[in-house]
Amino acid sequence: MKYDVVIGCEVHVQLLTETKAFCSCRNTFGGEPNTRLCPVCTGLPGALPVANQTLVEYAVLAGLAMNCTIVPVTKFDRKNYIYPDMPKGYQISQFDMPICEKGFLEIDTDGGLKKIRIIRIHMEEDAGKNIHTEDRSGLSHVDLNRAGTPLLEIVSEPDIRSPDDAVAYVQSIKHIMEYLKISDCNMEEGSLRCDANINLWVYEGDKKYATPIVEIKNMNSFKAMKAALEYEILRQKEEWTTKRLLLKDVGKVTRGYQEKTQSTILQRHKEESAEYRYFPEPDLKPILIDPAWVESMKSRLPELPAQKRKRFAEEWGLPELDIGKLLVDAELAHYFEAACKEYKGEPKKVANWVITEIGNMLNKESITIIQFREKVPPESLGELLNRIDSGVISGKMAKGIFSDMWAEGKTPEQIINEKGLKQIDDQESLKDIVREVLDQNPKTVEDYKNGKENVLSFLMGQVMKATRGKANPRLSQDLLKELLQK
Amino acid sequence: MKELIGMSLSELKEKLDKKEMSTVELVRAYLDAFEADRKHEKPLNGYIEVFRDSIEKAEKADEARVRGSARPLEGLPFAVKDNIVIKGKHATCASGVLKGFCSPYSATVVKRLVDAGMIPLGRTNMDEFGMGSSCEYSIYGATRNPVDRDLTPGGSSGGSAAVVASGQAPVALGTETGGSVRTPASYCGVYGLKPSYGTLSRYGVVAYGSSLDQIGILAKTPQDIALMLSFAAGADPHDMTSAPTNFTNCSPLKERDIKGLKVLLPTEFLGEGIDPGIKQKVESFAQWFKKNGAQVDTDSVPILQAAVAIYYIIAPAEASSNLARYDGVRYGNRVRQTANLEEMYVKTRSEGFGKEVKRRIFIGNYVLSSGYYDAYYKKAMQVRTLLRREIEKVFSKYDLILSPTSPCPPFKLGEKVDDPLAMYLTDICTTFSNLALIPSLSVPVGTTGAGLPVGVQLAGNRFREDLLLEVAAMYHKEGSR
Ligand SMILES: [Zn+2]
Repeated sequence: MKYDVVIGCEVHVQLLTETKAFCSCRNTFGGEPNTRLCPVCTGLPGALPVANQTLVEYAVLAGLAMNCTIVPVTKFDRKNYIYPDMPKGYQISQFDMPICEKGFLEIDTDGGLKKIRIIRIHMEEDAGKNIHTEDRSGLSHVDLNRAGTPLLEIVSEPDIRSPDDAVAYVQSIKHIMEYLKISDCNMEEGSLRCDANINLWVYEGDKKYATPIVEIKNMNSFKAMKAALEYEILRQKEEWTTKRLLLKDVGKVTRGYQEKTQSTILQRHKEESAEYRYFPEPDLKPILIDPAWVESMKSRLPELPAQKRKRFAEEWGLPELDIGKLLVDAELAHYFEAACKEYKGEPKKVANWVITEIGNMLNKESITIIQFREKVPPESLGELLNRIDSGVISGKMAKGIFSDMWAEGKTPEQIINEKGLKQIDDQESLKDIVREVLDQNPKTVEDYKNGKENVLSFLMGQVMKATRGKANPRLSQDLLKELLQK
Repeated sequence: MKELIGMSLSELKEKLDKKEMSTVELVRAYLDAFEADRKHEKPLNGYIEVFRDSIEKAEKADEARVRGSARPLEGLPFAVKDNIVIKGKHATCASGVLKGFCSPYSATVVKRLVDAGMIPLGRTNMDEFGMGSSCEYSIYGATRNPVDRDLTPGGSSGGSAAVVASGQAPVALGTETGGSVRTPASYCGVYGLKPSYGTLSRYGVVAYGSSLDQIGILAKTPQDIALMLSFAAGADPHDMTSAPTNFTNCSPLKERDIKGLKVLLPTEFLGEGIDPGIKQKVESFAQWFKKNGAQVDTDSVPILQAAVAIYYIIAPAEASSNLARYDGVRYGNRVRQTANLEEMYVKTRSEGFGKEVKRRIFIGNYVLSSGYYDAYYKKAMQVRTLLRREIEKVFSKYDLILSPTSPCPPFKLGEKVDDPLAMYLTDICTTFSNLALIPSLSVPVGTTGAGLPVGVQLAGNRFREDLLLEVAAMYHKEGSR
C-alpha cells in the first residue's frame, strides 16, 4: 500500500499576561477553585469585556516570530456554544479576521529542515474547568479560575508528513514561545495543547484517494502525541483496506486519545459537529494595528531558534546535533555563548561540557539552567576548561572540581587552591611515584615485557590512585614507558 | 402649593438645597404614593420592588446636609429599570430565569448617580429582557398606564414611565434597544431620552442587543434629563463602546435660539399607519419651529423604511447570544431534579423564558446559522451601514429630524399581546436612532382628541443630546406658559 500521511495541527498556547484576556483578574495557574473571578469572567448579567492590550502585543510578537503577516485591522467574534465551563454561553474568539495570517516555521527533521506553513494565529479566551466527583453524589463542579485566560490558537496547513515531524513542529512552537517569554508551554498543566487533523492519501495506480480526516484530541504530552498519531495511521490503513471510506463521503470525525490503551476512540461524527453561529463581538471595537508599531515590535524580538541555529553553525562551527541540543532552551544556548567568551580553546569542547556535564547535572538535581547559573556562572566553566588546557588540572580532576563548584558555589580557582588539587607535573617527584608503582607490581611489569602492552592502562590507573588523580596523565604515561624499557 | 411628588427633579433639588424639606420626607412621599396606589383596584404595578433601605439612605443624606458635606445630587431619588444592576439588589429583567439573582456589583451609571448622592427607590417593571413594546411580557404582570389604567404604558421601560408619570419617582432610568424608553415616555406623557450609543456606559445593563442597547432617562422636564446626564455620561473603562463625551456643562440647559435651525420631517413617518391625531401633533410642532424662525423641510429618506426589518434581525441575533448565559449553572433559577445536564439546560430555559423571549432567541439563532447568515444577519448589517451613511447625510444638511415617537396612541392592555407583528410595528419611528447610534428625545405634546398622550420625537446628530434637550426646553417653556 502506497500512501502519504497528512497532518495539520491546531495548537493552543496560554499566554503569560498579568491579567486575564478581558478583565483585570490575575492570570496565574490553578489556585483554590473559583478564587480568581469577577463579574466579567463569570459572565454575570450586564458585565462587559475589555480587551487586554498585552494580549494583542503577544499575538503580534508570536506572529512575527512565525513569519506571519500582521493584519492592519482585526476584530473579535463570538463563538456560540453552551457548556457549563463557558460562563457566557459563547467564547470570545476570532473568526474571519485573525490577527496573524500566512506564516511558516522551519522544523528540524531527519530529512533536514522542512517548512510548515501556518494558516493563521488568532486570539481567544480559555474556558473554565468542569470537575466531576467520583463519589456517589454524582455531582459535577465548575471551576472558573481558568475562564478568560488569554490563548493563541496557531493553525497549520496540512504540511506535516509524519508523527515525528508533528512533534518537532509543536516543539518548535514551544521553543519560540519560550524564547519570546510569552508562554511557559507546559503540556501537563495545559498551557500548551494540541489537536491534530490526520488522514492518508492512498495511491493506487495513477489515482489518489483521501481517507476521512480525523481530529485527535486529548494528547497531553509529546509522547502521547506521537503514540496517538502512530496508532491513527495504523487504524486508518486498516480502515482503508477493509472499508475504503473516503473523505468526501464521511467528512471529518473527532476521536479522543486514550492514554491507558494508547489508542483513539470515536467522540463525534460530522453530523454532530457544532454550529457555532459566529458573529462580530459587539462589546469590543475592531482593533486597528499601526504598521509602524508592528515595525517597532520587530525590534523587540529576541534572536529566535532558526536564526540562532544558523549563527551557531557559522560563528562557533558546531555540528548540527550539538546546536539542536543547545537550542532546546534559550538560556542554555546563552550559557554556552557566555562560557565560550571566557574559554580560549575550541567552542566544541564547551558545547560538550554544556550538553553532557551540565545536562546531567540539571537532570540529576531537577533544576533549570537559570538556577544552575546562579551558583556556577558560565565564566567559571570557561575558566575550568582553560585550566585543563594549560595543564593545571586533568580532565578527570576537572569533573570533580565541577561537582564541587555546584555544591559549594565556588570558582575553580578557589577549589583548586583549597584542596591542593594542582596537577603533579614535576618530572622528578612523578618519577619517584612511577618507580614505586612498578616496584609494587612486578608481575604486571613482567607481562608488559612479554608483550602485553595493554597492561599499561592498569599501571596508569595505579599511578593515578597513588596521586589521588593529580598526576599529569601525559607525563605519567611517558615516564611509565620510559621506566618499563629499562 | 404643588405637591412634592408632582415636582421635577430640579425643583426638588432646590427645595432640598434651601432646606425647605428633608430627604426623609421626600423619599417617604414617594413610598407612600406607591403604597397608596397598591390599594387601588387596578394598581399601576410600576415597581417590582421598592427599596425599604431608601429611608435609611435618606436619613444619611439629611445628616450629610447638616454636616455641610452634601454631594451635588444628595438625597434625590430615582427609579431603576429591573435590567440595570445595583449592588446588593435583585435584578431579574422581569424574567423567571433570573429569579433570585442578586447583583454583587453596580452598573456604572447607577454608581455615578449614587456617588453624586442619588438614592435608588426601587426596581421598575419591564417587558422581559426588554423585549416588548407594552410592558405586558413580565412575570410580574403588566404595568398599567397612569393616564388610563386599562391602557398599556408602552414598553419595554413601561414601569419607569409609569412611576415618573404617576409621581412615584421624580426620574427613572430605562433602557433602549429599539424605542423602549421613548415609546413609554410618549404613552405616559413624560420626556424620554435615548442618548447616543456610547454616551452612557452599558456596564451593568443586562444585554439584549449589545450594538443597540443604551440606558435612557425618563423625566418630567428636559432640564431634569440634562442634570442626570451631566453626572452619568462619560467614558467608562469597563465599557469599550462608551464614548469620551462630556456633558458636564449641559446642565443647566442654555437658552437656544430656534431661529435658523434646519429641521427635516421625513415623509416615511407621516404616511400610512400613522394615527391622524398624532400626525396633526407633529405638524403643529413643525409649525412651532417655523413660527420661531426654523426651516422645516418635508422630504423622503427611503432607507428609513428598512429600519424595523433590520432591527428585528440584528437585535434577536445579538439577543440569542446574550441570553445563552442563562443556563442555571451559576446563578438565577435552576430547574432541579433533572436526569442530566442537557435536561437541566432545556428545562431551566424552557420554564425560565417567556414566549416573546423564546421567539426572539429562535429568530436570532436562525439568522446566525450557517446557510442563513449571509441572507439575513450579514445583509442586515450591510443595510445598517447604508442607513448610518444616509443619516449622516441628513445631518450634514439638517440639525434635527422631527417625527412621531409612536405611530399610534397607547392601546388597550391585551390588544396586541398575541399579535407580534402588530406589536413590532409600534417601533417603526424609533428603531432607526438605535441602528444609527444617534440620540432621540420623545417630547410630550399634549393629547389626542380622545385624551390620549402623544409624544413627538426629535432626533439629532450623534452626541448632540444638548441640542435636543435645549430645543425641548424652549418648547416646554412656551407650553407651560
Ligand atoms: Zn475576571
